[in-house]
Amino acid sequence: MTKHRNSIAFWAGVAIFLVAVLSMTQIVRNEYPFFAGYVILQFIALAVAWSILGGYAGYVNFGTNAFFGVGVYTAVALFKATGAPLVVQIAAAAAVGMTLGFGVGLLTLRMRGIFFSIATIALAIIIETFVMNWRFVGGAAGIQLQRPPVMAPFDSYVKMLFFVQAVLVVIAVGIARYIQNSRIGRGLQALRDDELAAECTGVPTLKLKLVACMISGALMSAVGAPAAMYLQYADPSSAFNLTYSVSALAMSLIGGTAHWIGPVLGAILLGSTQQFLAVTISSEINVLVLGIMLVLFVVAAPKGIIGLLRPRYRLRAGGKP
Amino acid sequence: MTVTTAPDAPLLQVGTLTKTFGGFTALDNISVDIRKGERFGLIGPNGSGKTTLINCISGALRPQTGSVVFCGEDITQLPPHLRARRGIARSFQIPRPFKSMTVLENLMVGLDFATVGSSLPEEDVAMSILTRMGLAAKAGAPTDTLSQVELRKMELARAMAVRPKLLISDEAMAGLSSSEVDEVLDLLISLGEEDITIIMIEHIMQAVMRFSERVMCLDAGKIIAIGAPAEVMANKRVQEAYLGT
Repeated sequence: MTKHRNSIAFWAGVAIFLVAVLSMTQIVRNEYPFFAGYVILQFIALAVAWSILGGYAGYVNFGTNAFFGVGVYTAVALFKATGAPLVVQIAAAAAVGMTLGFGVGLLTLRMRGIFFSIATIALAIIIETFVMNWRFVGGAAGIQLQRPPVMAPFDSYVKMLFFVQAVLVVIAVGIARYIQNSRIGRGLQALRDDELAAECTGVPTLKLKLVACMISGALMSAVGAPAAMYLQYADPSSAFNLTYSVSALAMSLIGGTAHWIGPVLGAILLGSTQQFLAVTISSEINVLVLGIMLVLFVVAAPKGIIGLLRPRYRLRAGGKP
Repeated sequence: MTVTTAPDAPLLQVGTLTKTFGGFTALDNISVDIRKGERFGLIGPNGSGKTTLINCISGALRPQTGSVVFCGEDITQLPPHLRARRGIARSFQIPRPFKSMTVLENLMVGLDFATVGSSLPEEDVAMSILTRMGLAAKAGAPTDTLSQVELRKMELARAMAVRPKLLISDEAMAGLSSSEVDEVLDLLISLGEEDITIIMIEHIMQAVMRFSERVMCLDAGKIIAIGAPAEVMANKRVQEAYLGT
């Protein structure tokens, strides 16, 4: 009963959110809020996507930048080759990200813990090197992109991208919430705690890990796809920047990974702080703030914001409260 | 999946099983049949291959040669989760609870994944298993608040949530006081009375004697004796290898 009522509340919240975003694009004339808001939405979606594998399944992925960059360059290559519309670019990026996720999932066969994390860093470097040497998409020098005309009802491309990213956030959160409430979520939680015990209790651990990697990867790449159009430019060192990995991880952990709302809260808190600091002080200080906040949370609130708010999630987040 | 077998066919047939780790032979050509409903005791000194054998039966390890046949089906190549779904459940020598879950949720994992189509709501089934095991009061507790004996019982309860035909108990009584040993033993015996075949690995001799209908003794990966408990205990080789002369 309460589950049903929760669902109604959730989807009502989603509807209100999307309507608010849409009306904001129609009412607000200044473009800056959309520029800044896009980045925050992007990090919300990335953090939620990260937590599907890193939080629920406990496989700490340091390769968020690999998936993000693959999304960016799938969109770039597709746009340059065929002039495909944004929706197609995003869908293609999701498909490529899912395939890459399958590959990463196979890594979990042999690697756990820190070894898995290091392998994902290596993956990002390999793909970045490949893109740097790919002339068609501009190689190491990067590539300029001309935005196509904006579609109605939007009057600027950035506003449209802001709305698109909001939709991606909704998709990411919807999927994360579904996984959390389904038996997939329980299976992932079990394998995070003890893989052998989970196997022996009937949990198809490899299959669930592959599913988590593929969903997480598809979402991350989809989130990356609009970035090229946002900047009207793409280059390997920014598309594959390690900051994406560190941010997605820090935001998830600061928010708490036991519930989908955790990464959302973490990304809003950190993302808006970073945007604020970038404007008032400098964009270089962002990384410092990220580091300090992560240290503070690890020491003072190891189960993140939601662990502080709801003690019952402390258990779900793993280990001792 | 519905393999029909003769009523007197063994539930589990282990055939010429060999498992080596590098140059070390942990199991050497082991063959044994376990009858349906049997209470089977497995003994042997440390390092004799008891846990390796049940790892091969439950799927955590794959043997180099030999076969494991369960209910007439060759399961030698199946991963553990598919064996669990076919009705093989186990507890671990060192308890391995899902630490981020409550006791009840630990059982829900098995009910979610290993059992198919129950008419009752899963939580009711989990609660009835917990009641059976005397853990009902702990249903909502995190596993790190359990005492050692409660943890052992939870391991057995979680195995029961798989609805096993074959339950393998790997030293469920190690480190317990003698009254706790009796408590767990009574539980296992009562489970055996409802058509669950049980393999029990144990070092505590009076428990093995009381529990088992048949006992097998391993030493250095070989079967050195198998038969009625009293016979096996009287066997000279068993006494030399295991009990000391």
